[in-house]
Amino acid sequence: MSSHELKSGPLEYRTEQGQMNILGFWIFLGAEIVLFSTLFATYAVLFGRTADAPLPGELFEPGTVLIMTFLLLTSSFTCGISIHEMRRGSVKGLTTWLIITLLLGLGFLGFEIYEFIHYEHEGATLQSSAFWSSFFVLAGTHGLHVTLGIGWAILLLLQLAKRGLTPVTSRKVFIISLYWHFLDVVWIFIFTSVYLIGMVV
Amino acid sequence: MQLDEFFVTGEPLIYAGMVSIALVTAATIFILTYFKKWGWLWREWLTTVDHKKIGIMYILSALAMLFRGGVDALMMRTQLAFPDMNFLNSQHYNEIFTTHGTVMIIFMAMPFLIGLMNVIVPLQIGARDVAFPALNALSFWSFLFGAMLFNISFVIGGSPDAGWTSYTPLAGAAMSPGPGQNFYLLGLQLSGIGTLATGINFMVTIIKMRAPGMKMFKMPIFTWSTLVTAFIIVFAFPILTVALALMTIDRIFGSQFFTLTGEGLPMMWANLFWMWGHPEVYIVILPAFGIFSEVIATFARKQLFGYKAMVWSMILIAGLSFLVWVHHFFTMGAGAFVNSVFSVSTMLIAVPTGVKIFNWLATLYKSKIQFTVANLWALAFIPSFVIGGVTGVMLGMAAADYQFHNSYFLVAHFHYVLIAGTVFACFAGLVYWYPKMFGHKLNEKIGKLSFWFFLIGFHVCFFPQYFVGLDGMPRRVFSIIPEWMPLNVISTVGAFGMGIGFVIFVYNIYYSFRYSEREKTGDSWDGRTLEWATPTPVPFYNFATVPHVEDHDAFLDMKKKGQTTFDEEKLEPIHMPSSTGQPFIMMGIMFIASFGLVFEWLWMAIAGLVGVLIMMGIRSFDYDDGFHVEVDEIKRTERSARRL
Ligand code: HEM
Ligand SMILES: [Cu+2]
Repeated sequence: MSSHELKSGPLEYRTEQGQMNILGFWIFLGAEIVLFSTLFATYAVLFGRTADAPLPGELFEPGTVLIMTFLLLTSSFTCGISIHEMRRGSVKGLTTWLIITLLLGLGFLGFEIYEFIHYEHEGATLQSSAFWSSFFVLAGTHGLHVTLGIGWAILLLLQLAKRGLTPVTSRKVFIISLYWHFLDVVWIFIFTSVYLIGMVV
Repeated sequence: MQLDEFFVTGEPLIYAGMVSIALVTAATIFILTYFKKWGWLWREWLTTVDHKKIGIMYILSALAMLFRGGVDALMMRTQLAFPDMNFLNSQHYNEIFTTHGTVMIIFMAMPFLIGLMNVIVPLQIGARDVAFPALNALSFWSFLFGAMLFNISFVIGGSPDAGWTSYTPLAGAAMSPGPGQNFYLLGLQLSGIGTLATGINFMVTIIKMRAPGMKMFKMPIFTWSTLVTAFIIVFAFPILTVALALMTIDRIFGSQFFTLTGEGLPMMWANLFWMWGHPEVYIVILPAFGIFSEVIATFARKQLFGYKAMVWSMILIAGLSFLVWVHHFFTMGAGAFVNSVFSVSTMLIAVPTGVKIFNWLATLYKSKIQFTVANLWALAFIPSFVIGGVTGVMLGMAAADYQFHNSYFLVAHFHYVLIAGTVFACFAGLVYWYPKMFGHKLNEKIGKLSFWFFLIGFHVCFFPQYFVGLDGMPRRVFSIIPEWMPLNVISTVGAFGMGIGFVIFVYNIYYSFRYSEREKTGDSWDGRTLEWATPTPVPFYNFATVPHVEDHDAFLDMKKKGQTTFDEEKLEPIHMPSSTGQPFIMMGIMFIASFGLVFEWLWMAIAGLVGVLIMMGIRSFDYDDGFHVEVDEIKRTERSARRL
């Protein structure tokens, strides 16, 4: 528990507590990888076990999924820019790009909700078969993470407005950027191994 | 819902349980009020972020859980002593073996070890606290509230009865309706959050907060075992999180993961459960190995033999532990090839474990062994654990397992490893570090009495079970046939012997509190590692001046060079975290949310979850950065603690 500060290097790394929080978050992401891997494995095992419900190929819509992917990938990019602005010491740039990131994330969520409701109408629900259970839980867990990330980032925006860039706020922003990129990576796996494979098989 | 559906009714034993819960609660409230201790309780314990106090709370709770699980065990053993015994009916027996297994593993063994880690690891590495003190408190409260949620099931709603492994479809909504199984799912989920956080916390603590000069391969071996364990936790617990969540969603929201109706796969539960469950048994055995290594080295008065081999074997065991889970269901038809692969990987674990056994023996070889109580537990561990390990290899042979599977042979095996490994280690560690925690030793005479009762009782209880198991007695049956009676009677007698040993152990705590000599130096056993370099009681900031580590057995080295951890010249203000009630409140709300889910009252669950989110928001806005302990205060504290 030392409060010594370094004089150089990125702001978020200048306190020992900052370094520890970031390392701790990396380890947490390790645990998240295991969590999502387990969900992917479950999905893979239950693939094709649709009982009487529709097949994934009948329901998955390339258009919607492509838009979702585009929104999320772009948001990862804008999130990167916001960290770049943070490194330059610009609170204004940071908040602007962070807000854009969140809007893109919200757009993604909107499409996901639309998609889920659409599937419900077509007779594919959490209850209808093992395959659909695993689909909704895998995609839903990712969506829930995005939702939490948005809520969390809004809290950080308020703190940035109040306190500006300090070792603490910059560390928090840096950590949420790690989280956001992580969700993007997970989505790429969902996109390929759930949607692409689901559409061709 | 009717009141008599909410409370469990109709069983005299359970009424007795209710009465005793009511009495204990009333007595506690009375005592706290009468002696005006509520403020003290809140300030000193419920809001503390001090790793030493958190550790003590873990250990006390774990002892209470050992008592609860032990009562379950004695009830089962009573029922099994005679054919046609009518002490427990079949339903009640099912509930008791389920709660016994779950309580012992999740709420006793793991928290006990985590408690010892909490008290000792920061001291061993020369740190002032863990990396995330408030998160540490959160972990503890999540464990405690999870344990409470699980434990109230026996008076409210009904206990789970599908075994601690909760195999589907038995544990599914169709065959286990009602809240019992939900208590299992949410109790484990709630405490699992804390375990994961502990894993992360200790990894960062050990990687980042070691005293200057303490390289990785100069760390004390218990710290190493904690690091490896934390690693297993981080990579195994998320699997449990998912498994529990999937079953919860199946039961409460009607999804089809493990049901046959929606083309779900009941066997997937067994796989997910044991992909976590097997690493879990190493989560409770590796820290135990760490404790034994410390105790043996101290009381053999020698450096631990083969330190590097000890570390590498732990790392190897941790890696292998993720690759053997199928050995828990060889008989479920995966096929010869799969079984062979997992059979071989299982037996491989015997190699690094054997290395460790030889290293302990080599440490003892030609040394001046001191037969203190702590060391007796460690010495008794070696042969007992070898019996458990050898029978484990027997179980690992896939073909032979068709004979042993689900028999008392298995019950004997896992008790040999869990009790001789983990429980002995908990006792050894508690006795060994007791003076550091409480400022006086446990009485050695009474300790030896308790040790012998427990050790002999243990072998009398479990050794016969190998034979009655080979004779065909299955596990999880509530009555026996006459041929199995003699060995079962012996077993029950042994169980009560262990019970007496435990009672003497607890009495010893009381006796020593009253009569033991108070510690003066803090170095109770002429120790080798840094925890003994602090005075007793340990000041809340642990080290007035952080030592420079140059050698293995850092404290031994310091003693030789005449150094101390209190150098008046070098004192500087110390930065410490402030206490906070947030972890307690947050997990209290989480408890309410989980309780709502158990009874499938969604309004309550949602209200609780919203409360938790609000608490997280409050936490995010909390910029309390702790406080500084000034040099004068450090001087005063140290002088009085060191009696200068
Ligand atoms: C006082 C010492 C103990 C006694 C007398 C005892 C006795 C028993 C008995 C009679 C059973 C039920 C066997 C059956 O009918 O299938 C059992 C199961 C079990 N015990 Fe113990 N036990 C003791 C301590 C422990 C400890 C310390 C642990 C773990 C750290 C433990 C873990 C388990 C587990 C996991 C099961 C399996 C439960 C299941 O079948 O679902 N026991 N024990
Ligand atoms: Cu195993």
